[in-house]
Amino acid sequence: MAARHIGLPTRVATGTVVYSATGITLERGRRRLLDEVNLEVHAGEVLSLLGPNGAGKSTLLRILSGDLDPDAGTVMFGGRNLKEWSLLDLSRRRSVLLQDNQLLFPFTVHQVVEMGRAPWRRTTLEDEDNEAISESIEATDIGHLGSRRVPSLSGGERARTAFARVIAGRTGMLMLDEPTAALDLGHQEAVLTLARERAAEGDAVLIVLHDLNLAAAYSDRIALLREGRLVACGEPTDVLKPEILSDVYRTPVEVIPHPTTGRGIVLPIRG
Amino acid sequence: MNSPDRTVHKRHGRRVPLLYVVLTVLLLLSVLVSAGTGQLAIPPQEVLGSILHRIGIDWLPLPSVNAGDQALWAIRFPRVAMAVLVGVGLAVSGLVMQAIFGNPLAEPGVIGISSGAAVGAGISIVFGLTVFGEWTTAVLAFLTGLAATLVVYVMSRADGRTEVVTLVLTGIAVNAIGGAAIAGLTFVGDTQSREAIVFWQLGSLKGMGWTQVMIVTPIIAIGLIAAYLSGRKLDLLALGERNARHLGVNVELLRIGMILVVSLLVGAAVAFAGIISFVGLVIPHLMRMIMGPAHLSLITASALAGALLMTLADLAARTIVPMAELPIGILTALVGGPFFFWLLRRTRKRSGGWG
Repeated sequence: MAARHIGLPTRVATGTVVYSATGITLERGRRRLLDEVNLEVHAGEVLSLLGPNGAGKSTLLRILSGDLDPDAGTVMFGGRNLKEWSLLDLSRRRSVLLQDNQLLFPFTVHQVVEMGRAPWRRTTLEDEDNEAISESIEATDIGHLGSRRVPSLSGGERARTAFARVIAGRTGMLMLDEPTAALDLGHQEAVLTLARERAAEGDAVLIVLHDLNLAAAYSDRIALLREGRLVACGEPTDVLKPEILSDVYRTPVEVIPHPTTGRGIVLPIRG
Repeated sequence: MNSPDRTVHKRHGRRVPLLYVVLTVLLLLSVLVSAGTGQLAIPPQEVLGSILHRIGIDWLPLPSVNAGDQALWAIRFPRVAMAVLVGVGLAVSGLVMQAIFGNPLAEPGVIGISSGAAVGAGISIVFGLTVFGEWTTAVLAFLTGLAATLVVYVMSRADGRTEVVTLVLTGIAVNAIGGAAIAGLTFVGDTQSREAIVFWQLGSLKGMGWTQVMIVTPIIAIGLIAAYLSGRKLDLLALGERNARHLGVNVELLRIGMILVVSLLVGAAVAFAGIISFVGLVIPHLMRMIMGPAHLSLITASALAGALLMTLADLAARTIVPMAELPIGILTALVGGPFFFWLLRRTRKRSGGWG
């Protein structure tokens, strides 16, 4: 990876392509985990990545975040090939929330959130540290846990701490792998509302989700994966259609409009 | 903004310097007492007086015993200095290892790095090697210690961390190989080097002079500085490999660098003082319990506490048995062994088995 640094990031206009992945293919043994996937993420949008278990959502996220090199295809980030970015420059431009957030030593909640500011050390933006940390702590409702050691927290509290760490970085691109998985209803809504707010401010947000209704309610666009292929990509109303979903999830599904908002509600057809 | 964590931060901030002050004072006192204790008893104020006179301050009395000043500077001070250096090296190497293995049970003695380093030092003793002049023993100890560290690192890690069982079992294997090599050296060596090897396996600071201190000081200093420079990155490593990468840390580079640091510190400590185990386990652990796991402050605290422990252990080794000297490794193992036991049980209870 190239080690030359290109300075601090500048905000890009809403609608600019932040990520552009073309022809992403990844094989493991004889299986194609990803097959010619093309995807663009724009500044100012929430793009949800949906699909059944094993569809390749997390794998695609790994490739986009730079953890994994695809066998074929290229990922462009901010107009440059992802491979050309130094780790530090990348860390100042995109934050990643993983599903598994281990902590090998008993740091406090506050210390963990502070780690999200690490990319900004010795830069002018270091001055924002305290503000960013308290803002994230407040936004994720963990203020009362600040001095607690993370291993002593519940699963949901730990997930919120990890989320607070990720948003404390204040990067222009958020990648969230199932951010709502361990959370109760109220905190699920809070996390996705926050994602929406970030998008409204011009950041790009890519979320892997399982809950179709959360995706319907909070996404600008939805990308639907099945067996490593991109089946559909577009606005929620275009993607969340009964015929598409029934086929992708291999179970009959109906989509009914919400009585007041008109947004689609996805329901499996039972019995 | 005014969340409770800010006050906690302050409180923590005050506790850390206080611990440094306490440890520093205790260390200075134990150095003075230790240097004054022995066949020639010299009171602490005279020890201090001797030091002050050397640096040109005519305050406090000089040692009143006949030849007291010479005894201090020729024998006692280099020995105490060595105890301090070895304590710093062992404690900080233990701390760094625990960070890169992601496992609080990692320790140079337990994992076998000490015995790895001992092989190199033993080779230079038995075959009387002088390839690198007076540095030969230290260099060989570093090289074989590095080899042992790399073996443990490659063999015991899975998914960016090391499970307790794997770590301890790998340690048994490495210790067995190191032990066999040392036994082989004992077999080929002459009576004199045999005795040297046996005593040095038990760990001892006997006969340390300024030469050794001058060799070990820069090595420990380099290791310590490198550890300080990486302190914050070691914190991020606790989030797991991928998260650390996403925050801009080149994890592999950091790991390799820290393995070199560990090998330097352990090699320097083991080369002359022999195998002294458990210091690297007990000290970082106690410090972490007092001040939390943030590495920058842990490095300072562990260095101070390691130096203090080794100074006291050396003092005990010289005075517990009259007219004889107990190998210092026996003492540290006597304290560290049960501590390791307790730590093992607690770790198992916490993770609900050997996850």
